Amino acid sequence: MIEERFDAIVVGAGMAGNAAALTMAKKGMKVLQLERGEYAGSKNVQGAILYADMLEKLIPEFREDAPLERHLVEQRFWIMDDRSHVGLHYRSEDFNEERANRYTIIRAQFDRWFSSKVREAGATVLCETTVTDLAQDAYGRAIGVRTDRQDGEIHADVVVLAEGVNGLLGTRARLRERPKPNKVALAVKEMHFLPRETIEARFNLSGDEGVVIEAAGTISGGMTGMGFIYANKECISLGIGCLVADFQRTGKTPYELLDRFKRHPSVAPLIEGTEVKEYSAHLIPEGGYKAIPQLYGDGWVVVGDAAQLNNAIHREGSNLAMTSGRIAAEAIFQVKSRRLAMTAENLALYKRMLDRSFVLKDMKKYKDMPRLMHTNSQNFFLTYPQLISKAMQTYLRVDGTPKSEKQKSTLKSFVNARSWIGLFGDAFRFARAWR
Amino acid sequence: MKVERSVRVEDKLFCNRYLVDAGRPHIKVRAHTKPSPQLLALLKACPARCYDLNDKGQVEVTVDGCMECGTCRVIGEPTGDIEWGYPRGGYGVLFKFG
Repeated sequence: MIEERFDAIVVGAGMAGNAAALTMAKKGMKVLQLERGEYAGSKNVQGAILYADMLEKLIPEFREDAPLERHLVEQRFWIMDDRSHVGLHYRSEDFNEERANRYTIIRAQFDRWFSSKVREAGATVLCETTVTDLAQDAYGRAIGVRTDRQDGEIHADVVVLAEGVNGLLGTRARLRERPKPNKVALAVKEMHFLPRETIEARFNLSGDEGVVIEAAGTISGGMTGMGFIYANKECISLGIGCLVADFQRTGKTPYELLDRFKRHPSVAPLIEGTEVKEYSAHLIPEGGYKAIPQLYGDGWVVVGDAAQLNNAIHREGSNLAMTSGRIAAEAIFQVKSRRLAMTAENLALYKRMLDRSFVLKDMKKYKDMPRLMHTNSQNFFLTYPQLISKAMQTYLRVDGTPKSEKQKSTLKSFVNARSWIGLFGDAFRFARAWR
Repeated sequence: MKVERSVRVEDKLFCNRYLVDAGRPHIKVRAHTKPSPQLLALLKACPARCYDLNDKGQVEVTVDGCMECGTCRVIGEPTGDIEWGYPRGGYGVLFKFG
């Protein structure tokens, strides 16, 4: 048993946990961070894109030694049917800047580096330690944790739950519910290795330039889902994710979906001849603003994926995690500096600070989006992509049909598929959820 | 219930690293005679295909290839069909890239 008492215990060494532990340790607090993996990062899975702005707030000079892959100069959105894709691409020389805004990263490597910064700041980081329970006193106040390593409890004034999307402590202690199948997506991913010149030639890149492809449409077979392809230095991260409830309902298998995505004629040439070195799977919070649980209580706060802080529309999660971890740490430090107790009342400061940040403002903006996407998945992920593809083909194929007839037939195909009321309804619902 | 066999998940899992905690599975299936719909859904939803049917038509789990994603927890834990925990510290999947 560890007799020492800590100012704070952080459970988990992902983006949120590392941000929280680093922030508190830098302020001179006595921090213990517990991670179940063999090292920080060995259990963590993400696409992954790193958002520089949020990391700069924690480690301004991170570009000097962080294991970054490529800075993004191009974004491609693809709407796919089985044989085609309609794309919206944005590429700008402005993204070739000294302090680039977004980078691809490999999480196991990045998190290990991030964790080294947490140690340098003075936190005690204990890996290969699974936290089994939140220790609570007779009044239900969190007073520390129990682990599978030591007997007894480790005590601290406050516990930061950065335990990830699947956090068990919070649900075991009844601080929040287990995520429901319609509030989380299962994503599966493979790491495809190629020589760097080949990647640069296939993706039209030079030097450390990078590109991201995000794809939706019939690749998810009518389920609410999305595919992604990220160019790293010497490998390509390729994956697809769909709502767990949709997998449950349709009986489609995640690996078959992944392999279908890989065989798509727009994707197959990009990964031809690669060597796959890893297959991974992870859940992603998709419930949005309405699924955010209670964020603080007596002796605890919850941050990152464990708090369902993920902006599914913009596919931002790691930056929300980092920011919520940092803000929670700053709130805790303020409470401590005022020599106040870590009660729910005092820790409510974390929620107030988070409300004022982009984290909850963005989540709130899209609060109606999950329901729209989840209840209309057939329309948004099957019907519309097929209609759009057909319209594009009709538009481009030169076959002697008068243009006015082409336009009529395209319009008719939309109305037949969704009816006028359906089309206007979809447009209205989409606009309302987006605004 | 036929499980998709065209994709060999074993081949995918083969490139992963694991430290198996022999004899201490972190997921357990509750004893049953006839599997519930939730339990049957796991045969297909599990991305590592850890769930399979035995000769008696009961669902069994082998956690060796588990990637600890929690999909089965989300589907099968609410009904009490499975008991889900994380492996002991240091054990389980060891992602090289993640």
